[in-house]
Amino acid sequence: MRESAADGPRRPPPDGLRVPPPAGPSRGAAFTFRFDGRQITAYPGETIGAALLAAGIRRLRTTRFAGTPRGLLCGIGSCFDCLVTVDGRGSQRACLTPAIPDAEVEVQDVPRAT
Amino acid sequence: MRETPPPTADAVVIGGGIVGACCADALSAAGLRVAIVERHGLAGGTTAAGEGNILVSDKELGPELELALLSNRLWTELGEELQAAAVAPTAGPADAAAADIELEAKGGLMVAMTDAGHDAITTLAVQQRAAGVVAEPIDAAAAAELEPHLTPGLVGAMHYPQDQQVQPVKASAAVLRRARGRGASLHPHTPVTGITRGRDGRVTGVVTRRGAISTGVVVNAAGVWSRQLAAMAGADLPIAPRRGQILVTEPLPLLVHRKVYDADYVGTVGAADPTAAAISSVIEGTRAGTILIGSSRELVGLDRRSNLPLLARMAARAMELFPVLADVHLLRTYLGFRPYSPDHLPIIGEDGEVAGLFHATGHEGAGIGLAPATGALLASLVTATTPPLDPARFAADRASLHRAAADAEPVDA
Repeated sequence: MRESAADGPRRPPPDGLRVPPPAGPSRGAAFTFRFDGRQITAYPGETIGAALLAAGIRRLRTTRFAGTPRGLLCGIGSCFDCLVTVDGRGSQRACLTPAIPDAEVEVQDVPRAT
Repeated sequence: MRETPPPTADAVVIGGGIVGACCADALSAAGLRVAIVERHGLAGGTTAAGEGNILVSDKELGPELELALLSNRLWTELGEELQAAAVAPTAGPADAAAADIELEAKGGLMVAMTDAGHDAITTLAVQQRAAGVVAEPIDAAAAAELEPHLTPGLVGAMHYPQDQQVQPVKASAAVLRRARGRGASLHPHTPVTGITRGRDGRVTGVVTRRGAISTGVVVNAAGVWSRQLAAMAGADLPIAPRRGQILVTEPLPLLVHRKVYDADYVGTVGAADPTAAAISSVIEGTRAGTILIGSSRELVGLDRRSNLPLLARMAARAMELFPVLADVHLLRTYLGFRPYSPDHLPIIGEDGEVAGLFHATGHEGAGIGLAPATGALLASLVTATTPPLDPARFAADRASLHRAAADAEPVDA
């Protein structure tokens, strides 16, 4: 997977890669959670995967055998490529898991322990 | 690969699954020029829809156990041959790839959660040992050492170290490669449209969408579809599709080391009412880290829709055996169709009515495990050499087959 420019040093726009909302509706109050120690901005109703994508983060983990990057692929819960650990709970699909304030999201490069 | 079929062959094998592959391999080894024709891709039907079981543990004393024991030995030999070829001085990357069939003599553990189940496996093991099966009775504590995540509520278990597992698609590819090296030609995406017969009734050839092949020997290894193939030659074969479903978990660290079966597994395969939906739990880890949870049995024709209540029962039973699975995600399910034979024995040998038409089908859920011995037996019958075991119980015209078919009349799609 080619890394996007947003993964590089260029500073993302204040609202990340989100499409600006039309006049009228509001996104609600922004909050943050942490992804591998980094503060990520999210808005109510966004999934972890959506907020990470808006922050320009496409690499969510690497595969356990070949070490190749994985991220959002299907985006609808089918492919299980976007697995992350959320508040210590392993193998959560970033594309389906709602972002919540102060969540601790971690990269999961090996199958989770049980 | 998509070569035009040859105008003539000593034998045409219909079906590119594991059974067809092993038949073609054995016939080629006997010196015949073999053409394999397959309607779709190779090893993509029933072969690709199972768990890769090579079991002796689930067989009762009798002809199927003899076939299973011979096959088990032949699988081991194939694995050793492939490994040797992969490290030979002349070996290339293709040899290394062919050796990677994930053949693993991991052993099986039949676990009983009730006294009745424990009595059943104890009785079965006595019979099996008489036939040469290694069946070691172990108590719950010993079972917990072999499988630490098993439920503590076991009455007892039986350990079958001979049970093996293989990746069936890779294994088929390796067998087909060997057959090809012996001169066989492979013709995927080549549907058969007819089987021709001479004035004396003997088979004279096979007509495909990509040309006709003259031959005096047709091997019907079409599995679930073997009844339709037999009908093309005017023969009747009581084979019906029996649907099976399997659950696949997310990749996990190794939790299940062996194949683990519910003690009622044996009873379900030959259940009194074959039309009733049934499950028989088989739980095992794979090299990829996923855990496979099988499987169901239903005679519902070729209906590809999942039966969700049955999947739920399979998941519930798996969690009873391995409580650790309660917190594990399922990635997906898959289903396939087994070639069901009414008396639960495969059909291997020449058709009772149509000379030159040989069948190798009806293995139900045991096709991977039984394929190498099936190929060896079939080749000996075609070439009229000494068979490796008594072929009578597998004969296409055996009374039990047609009597059982008349009694059960399974649904055919």
